[in-house]
Amino acid sequence: MTAHPALEADQAADAAEILTGAQMVVRALVDQGVTDLFGYPGGAVLPIYDALFHEPRLRHVLVRHEQGATHAAEGYARSTGKPGVVLVTSGPGATNAVTGIVDALMDSIPLIVITGQVPTHLIGTDAFQECDTVGITRSCTKHNYLVKEVRDLPRILHEAFHIATTGRPGPVVIDIPKDVQFASGPYVGPAKAAPIHDYHPRVEGDPRKIAEACALIAGAKRPIFYTGGGVINAGRGASASLRELARLTGAPVTSTLMGLGAFPADDPAWLGMVGMHGTFEANHAMHDCDVMVAIGARFDDRVTGRLDAFSPGSKKIHIDIDPSSIGKVVRADVGILGDAGKVLDALIAAWKRERPAPDARRLEPWWKQIATWRARDCLRYRPSDTIIKPQYAIERLYALTRDRDAYITTEVGQHQMWAAQYYRFQQPHRWMTSGGLGTMGYGLPAAVGVQIAHPKSLVIDIAGDASVQMTMQEMSTAIQYDLPIKIFILNNEWMGMVRQWQQLLHGERYSHSYSASLPDFVKLAEAFGAVGLRASTPAELDDKIEEMIDTPRPVIFDCRVERSENCFPMIPSGKAHNEMLLGEDAGDIGSVIDQAGRGLV
Amino acid sequence: MTQDAPASAYDMGHAVEAENLATFAVLVDNEPGVLHRVVGLFAARGYNIESLTVAETDRSARTSRITIVTRGTPHVLAQIEAQLQKMVSTRHVQNVTKDPNGVERELALIKVRGTGADRAEARGLADIFRARVIDTNSESFIFELTGAPSKIDKFVGLMRPIGLIEVSRTGVLSIERGAEIL
Repeated sequence: MTAHPALEADQAADAAEILTGAQMVVRALVDQGVTDLFGYPGGAVLPIYDALFHEPRLRHVLVRHEQGATHAAEGYARSTGKPGVVLVTSGPGATNAVTGIVDALMDSIPLIVITGQVPTHLIGTDAFQECDTVGITRSCTKHNYLVKEVRDLPRILHEAFHIATTGRPGPVVIDIPKDVQFASGPYVGPAKAAPIHDYHPRVEGDPRKIAEACALIAGAKRPIFYTGGGVINAGRGASASLRELARLTGAPVTSTLMGLGAFPADDPAWLGMVGMHGTFEANHAMHDCDVMVAIGARFDDRVTGRLDAFSPGSKKIHIDIDPSSIGKVVRADVGILGDAGKVLDALIAAWKRERPAPDARRLEPWWKQIATWRARDCLRYRPSDTIIKPQYAIERLYALTRDRDAYITTEVGQHQMWAAQYYRFQQPHRWMTSGGLGTMGYGLPAAVGVQIAHPKSLVIDIAGDASVQMTMQEMSTAIQYDLPIKIFILNNEWMGMVRQWQQLLHGERYSHSYSASLPDFVKLAEAFGAVGLRASTPAELDDKIEEMIDTPRPVIFDCRVERSENCFPMIPSGKAHNEMLLGEDAGDIGSVIDQAGRGLV
Repeated sequence: MTQDAPASAYDMGHAVEAENLATFAVLVDNEPGVLHRVVGLFAARGYNIESLTVAETDRSARTSRITIVTRGTPHVLAQIEAQLQKMVSTRHVQNVTKDPNGVERELALIKVRGTGADRAEARGLADIFRARVIDTNSESFIFELTGAPSKIDKFVGLMRPIGLIEVSRTGVLSIERGAEIL
């Protein structure tokens, strides 16, 4: 973040500028380069809203629920690389924001969440709209503050931005009692604000370990790059470096859900996504590799499957900015602490310097093996002339938007996995999804945030009929700010992923997973003042998608798809990567998952 | 399917390692809620706390020193150290148990009830352990004892048949031998 130059000059002229706490908040946001924030007013935050009223440099987006504000800020942050800013009131304002805060923590998204609090003399009295915000958010933030004195406020505000955006990014909550917002004190800008904490994340990798990793990769016969959201967080340069290193080494690349787009899906070295619903080739390559290079990925249980059978024969190089990630789940043979982009650049430099010139044909057997896995064509599905297959819907959506400036968000469930499998991401920062927390209701408000950041781009929320109802009210926000987001609902009338697990694991007892009493999404769109579209047959799908794209207003697209389609490939719970099931095995999946597997989530 | 299969993928692979005790010395910024951060971290991630001591140790630097005794496999202990280090309020973390220069001490106040020969027996053992009598009346003693936790355990064990009725312990404190600092 760069400081506002004019303001810095002002500060030099008038070192001890006296502002109220509320004015400090607004000034600090401007000084930190913030242009947009998402929020909802209330009693304990009114002084800040009053200060906002006088600040034309900040655009405030009024959401309809505080959860929407946090997800919108996440979408904004994920698509721009800048921190997302949220402003909410005390009590329910703060508690409603918690889901998005946890979501941001799990997916390493930089957020600044400013919450109002009851006046300091009322804290602890069970005052109206009081809650222990710092207590509640302590375990779900990277750091949080309760501001007791207005003189501490400028340092806290600036340090919060530093903490949220550096190291492993994450959410920071600043809880400001109302009397502190009214109180006056000297304001200092970002350049002069002394930090409060001794916080210095390490970003440069250890050169000896980089040399060790370089030698391991050069000696590998079956190498693989396993990349995650950390590569996206490290900025566009990191994605470019990943592409170069993959080219230099000749190794295949797979990625987690969060890492999609860092490596182009059209590149011949791309294996597709890894994990529970990853591709056959990616999971088998992970299982059989001899050197695994994990970059900004954290060996999530959705990726590893059964841990004691996870990639048993490989040496693992783990590059991560978070020291607690290295060795947390899987032992690293070479752990490199540092920023993904900087370590990738150091690896490229080491590779070029050492010129290992490994035998060009050393990877031929590996690629030959990969080709046999690819030949299984694991994403094949049974097409239909009469019913829209959800996979087909995503394929068509991709085909019709691939040449456009498109951003994709999702909710959580089957549609999310189909989007990850069939929408082919070529660039980073184009894919916004709730990975770690798996928050249904993320995608619609995230699309609002993305569209605020990219007003001229095509922003599509690939949604499910159940998820989208969790934060549907944010359509009203989209209307208010003239945000032409497209809500593309794969409507199968079920909580599809719940139904799939009940079919496969619980004897087809569909306990409370049917989306009864669904609204008419077309009429719902119209009620909001948006455009409603519906497609029920494959024949009309393309035209309707084109119509959606060409509509310069918000659209809810009710795409009626096959109701009982399941999401494959699938690694059954408790199984290893090389025990994955393809669509044609679906019949006997119930007998494949054992009792221990049933106990897993 | 076997009955002894792990119940969760999260603990697969680490189940067979032996658990050890470890003492961590953590230097933190002395600010409201900092103890909650540490305790909350242990609770949220399922780590044990065997003992915990905390006090401000440098007023001008606004730092507190937290000493935590915990139990875990080497893998878990490494995780605990990394997680503690990751907290923004943390200045420094040291695994004292792994340090050959680490010194650990604990203070205990121990109340023993008894008359006649038991009193003499208790006094005699207290002398051997260099425990001080800090209060007495006709039927009880309070002993003050400082030492390694194992020494206090041993003294408490010896007092039990004589008439031990109450124990208060500070938990472990630690420091490193030599001129180095945390």
